[in-house]
Amino acid sequence: MITREDVEHISWLASIKIADEEKDELVEHFNSILEYFHQLEEVDTEGVEPTYRVVDLANIFREDVAYESLSQDQALKNAPRTENGYFKSPRIV
Amino acid sequence: MLSKLKAKLLAESCEEYLCRLFEGIGKSSLNAFTTLAKESALDEARQFDKNPGQGLLAGVPIAIKECISTKGIETNCSSRILRGYIPPYDAHVIERLKAEGAIIMGKTNMDEFAMGTSTETSCFGPTKNPWDQSSVPGGSSGGSAAVVAGGEAPCSLGSDTGGSVRCPASFCGIVGLKPTYGLVSRYGLVAYANSLEQIGPLTHTVEDTALLMEVISGHDRRDSTSAEGERHSYLPGLKDGICGLKIGIPREYFGEGVNRDVEKAVWEGIHTLESLGASWQEVSLPHTRYALAAYYVIAMSEASSNLARFDGLRYGSRQGGDMDWHTTFSAIRAKGFGPEVKRRIMLGTYALSAGYYGRYYLKALKVRTLIKEDFLRAFKDVDILASPTMPIPAFKIGERINDPLSLYMADVFTVPINLAGVPAISVPCGFAGHLPIGLQLIGPHFCEAAVLKAAQAFEAATAFHEAKPEVI
Repeated sequence: MITREDVEHISWLASIKIADEEKDELVEHFNSILEYFHQLEEVDTEGVEPTYRVVDLANIFREDVAYESLSQDQALKNAPRTENGYFKSPRIV
Repeated sequence: MLSKLKAKLLAESCEEYLCRLFEGIGKSSLNAFTTLAKESALDEARQFDKNPGQGLLAGVPIAIKECISTKGIETNCSSRILRGYIPPYDAHVIERLKAEGAIIMGKTNMDEFAMGTSTETSCFGPTKNPWDQSSVPGGSSGGSAAVVAGGEAPCSLGSDTGGSVRCPASFCGIVGLKPTYGLVSRYGLVAYANSLEQIGPLTHTVEDTALLMEVISGHDRRDSTSAEGERHSYLPGLKDGICGLKIGIPREYFGEGVNRDVEKAVWEGIHTLESLGASWQEVSLPHTRYALAAYYVIAMSEASSNLARFDGLRYGSRQGGDMDWHTTFSAIRAKGFGPEVKRRIMLGTYALSAGYYGRYYLKALKVRTLIKEDFLRAFKDVDILASPTMPIPAFKIGERINDPLSLYMADVFTVPINLAGVPAISVPCGFAGHLPIGLQLIGPHFCEAAVLKAAQAFEAATAFHEAKPEVI
């Protein structure tokens, strides 16, 4: 069972702030959806390999040749805050 | 239909045709278009009128789902967090459309980040179904389906992660194709669940879908999952008929939970195919009942990773003073994402978190293997499969939105196809009252030609695609 504390922890991991009044509804939704997911446990997957991708492609290599990409101006154009040609982030420490 | 339109545009004026479309959109109450590229579209129409060019889609206006990047035209995935984002580049499919002379009309409404079955989770509010404006158009490409069904655009592109092209095609009575995974480049498609999704056309006729597939399919080095090999052609042989075609009817796709009108219309459709020279036999896809759970675990897990990039640093809004990194971004994401997107990111985060990875994500990937093997086994005996696209016709706006699980259940016949990565088309096959019903035809990997040929034969023998809603 997911609890309010679990929701708070997941919210921190997912970097999405959750207001107090949203928590009870999330607990309820998460529990009903996870309960539905638990039916996967009925399936015998002993010896079954996981499918990460459906079409078999190994690593795709290309020649190490530069090709045109976005200019610095284009890359920064949508950023809300920039400084000296860089994205400006909030403080990390 | 597009071939007729192309002849008409050459004989008359593309600019006038486009002006009439924009005038109609201005008066429309469907809420299907979000951003219009009126100026650039009319410019291109005027150029076409002077010099039509030779492209496969010369002069043909097309509407594009909000999650497909269009250079210079806002691309926001119907999410507040991406409002104002103007891509500096075109998606591969947009480059291909432009190279063939198509005219981009604008962007269409969708469930926020393609997470939904009804186009109700959009930050622009719900799109209405042209057949009944109190009903949903399906989703997540609801805008792309409604503009075609409602006569606002002759064709459109959507994207299909778990049914998002086929569901709205079914609910709006038009044709929609989800190609084989890897056939159409995802370069420039804003990722939701990248191992599942493909861009696909929404059109009035099967021939139009085949034409659009000629244009948008093919290898692209910028998508590492793009399939290599020869480009396929879908128009030659499209009308060759289906004599001797073996159709499998998956028994798990009928019965409990399927609306009676839907079941009846789909069976009539199967008998129509039989009368055209095909044969049918029952087959079993035994792991079908686990597909929904596996799909949602995988989609949510991938979403939690793909949507981590939306933090207001490189695009999106960032208001007020910055606190520390985590507090700032958590607040931006709380404000920018709607409830369903938050729910899916958080559940995906949980499913991938330490101690739960094996129980949810890895387990779902193993079940995915079994589901894929179900299809491969069935295709040893039959050429294609036929089923309902959706178990129900379009439901009312607001009817299911507060109960996420009941909304997820509507995807029961579309998600297995994405898990297996095979192609599937939805074609109109009848009505429940005044609401359209879709027949889903599913083929083996890279066998779009077989699926399109069967759909074409069905369409030629029926008149459902000619029915028009009253809004037109």
